[in-house]
Amino acid sequence: MLMQPSPLYRKRKRTNLLGLTLSMIAMSFGLIALFWILFVLFSNGLAALELTLFTNDTPAPGSEGGGLRNAIVGSMMIVGLAVAVSTPIGILAGIYLTEYGDTSKTAEFTRFVTDIMLSAPSIVLGLFVYAIAVATVGNFSGYAGSLALSLIAIPVVMRTTENMLRLVPGSLREAAFALGAPRWKVSTMVTLRAAKSGVITGLLLALARISGETAPLLFTALNNQFYSTNMGAPMANLPVVIFQFAMSPYENWIQLAWGGALLITLAVLALNILARVFFREKVKA
Amino acid sequence: MNTSQSPTSSDEGKNSVNMEAIAKRQRLQDVVFHRTTQSFSLLVLIALVGIIVSLFVNAWPTFAKFGAHFLWYIEWDIINQEFGAAISIVGTVLSAGIAMLLAVPLAFGIAVFLTETCPVWLRRPLGTAIELLAAVPSIIYGMFGLFVFAPVYADYLQVPLQSVLGGMPMVGWLFGGATNGLGIMAAGIILAFMVLPFVAAVMRDVFEITPPILRESAYGLGCTTWEVVRKVVLPYTQTGVIGGIMLGLGRALGETMAVTFVIGNANRMPNSLFSPGTSIASVLANEFGEAEGLHFNTLFALGFLLFCITFVVLAMAKWLIVRTEKAKGH
Repeated sequence: MLMQPSPLYRKRKRTNLLGLTLSMIAMSFGLIALFWILFVLFSNGLAALELTLFTNDTPAPGSEGGGLRNAIVGSMMIVGLAVAVSTPIGILAGIYLTEYGDTSKTAEFTRFVTDIMLSAPSIVLGLFVYAIAVATVGNFSGYAGSLALSLIAIPVVMRTTENMLRLVPGSLREAAFALGAPRWKVSTMVTLRAAKSGVITGLLLALARISGETAPLLFTALNNQFYSTNMGAPMANLPVVIFQFAMSPYENWIQLAWGGALLITLAVLALNILARVFFREKVKA
Repeated sequence: MNTSQSPTSSDEGKNSVNMEAIAKRQRLQDVVFHRTTQSFSLLVLIALVGIIVSLFVNAWPTFAKFGAHFLWYIEWDIINQEFGAAISIVGTVLSAGIAMLLAVPLAFGIAVFLTETCPVWLRRPLGTAIELLAAVPSIIYGMFGLFVFAPVYADYLQVPLQSVLGGMPMVGWLFGGATNGLGIMAAGIILAFMVLPFVAAVMRDVFEITPPILRESAYGLGCTTWEVVRKVVLPYTQTGVIGGIMLGLGRALGETMAVTFVIGNANRMPNSLFSPGTSIASVLANEFGEAEGLHFNTLFALGFLLFCITFVVLAMAKWLIVRTEKAKGH
């Protein structure tokens, strides 16, 4: 080479190298954080993972051993009911947003509000449900917990359903209309069916989202030291038990909290991965 | 429809009556379906109005007693029924602010790495890892913060910072107080852990909106990767990036569990970055169970304030992101 690279050129290269190195450092930092958290969770959680975790109920203060049976069952019931309620509501509302209210002002506004509800502070939703479903009835209940969780799940289902229905080609709808099918049949039997795996993705994501929510359950389902399947009464659930046990001074409680934390994280991660698999199938098809 | 299969005229008459009845029935079904789906979608709006009204009604005694003074009144005395929101508002804003200061540059770096420098075969697994990290429930971050991060933070960050900067004029007071691993800054760092993957995922999605032709033209002119990011991608996606940051801020402001474990839960005005404090969400989580009378109403007032603050932040975030996507022609 005859020409020396100009100082400007060298400066540009230096800046580039610096920027890219910093971005790589940021990336490795993110990965280290991920593995650190997962490592801590597994090393502490696996130690607590015994059969008694699933067969014994939460121990009283100061007593030895114990498990999380009542909390696991309670969580499943509360989350199950919330999903059962929010699935039809979310899907039908999503259908409305794509098939009927496509460009109307109300639909536009609903979309906006739904997006805000997606990230609204969940503890405030708990306060709201306390005011309408606990203070009026007079006691904490599993139903109130389900209601609070469905307030979080409905916007998730609604928005994913809408986005997935939007991906269905318009020609499919037109073909069905041309055969004389009424609108509701087109929506439920053609477009919804075509977007099935995408909608399931949304349901799984909603399930994952509410499984780990703690704050809205604090004022609604509260907790219960005993095994109970009565949803009209206070109910034990994993997140609140984890919260109380982790803050406690008892060694076995903290150990149980780690066990519960591992269970919840595994469930949430599994649901997320499952949702991804469903969505990839949809993209392939 | 069926005319070709019905040879006689009487059949045809019957058919047309049938068809009319079917059409009528279907039209009715259609209207019912339309209205049902519409009412379900309106549920979200009703919930929003319900939240605002019920929080405000329950908060009213507090607002009536303290007025606007409530916002900057530095007091939290349950026995004498004197309450102000200032302590918890400061805690909320400070912890979320520290979180964003730490998380935004890192998230930007991750997004740049994932869209520009990362080898293609690594993009998907790394992107998925970041997204999965964003899905981990916040209570896990809280536990991680309390049991694992706090001791490390106390020994390797608080103590050195205090011994080096604590004696300096002007900034020394920031690093005073007990180095027990809890406090405003600990909460901010744990919040940063929590919002980092979320902001990074949004930024990456926004960066990917940049038309390849713009990027390639810049490379064709001889730009370095960094220059493409700084002078093409970033200006093009500016509003979306800010929207993503504000979305993360909305999350950080309203987060309960990740904060409650590590902020120290003290109803005192923090006087340094290390001093324990409290945030609106953690006051609610800690005190709501035993609250009565005016204390109870005050907690609703705090909830109302939190909802208003996050609503404004999230609404702006949403507006900015929509603007970016519209520019692309979505």
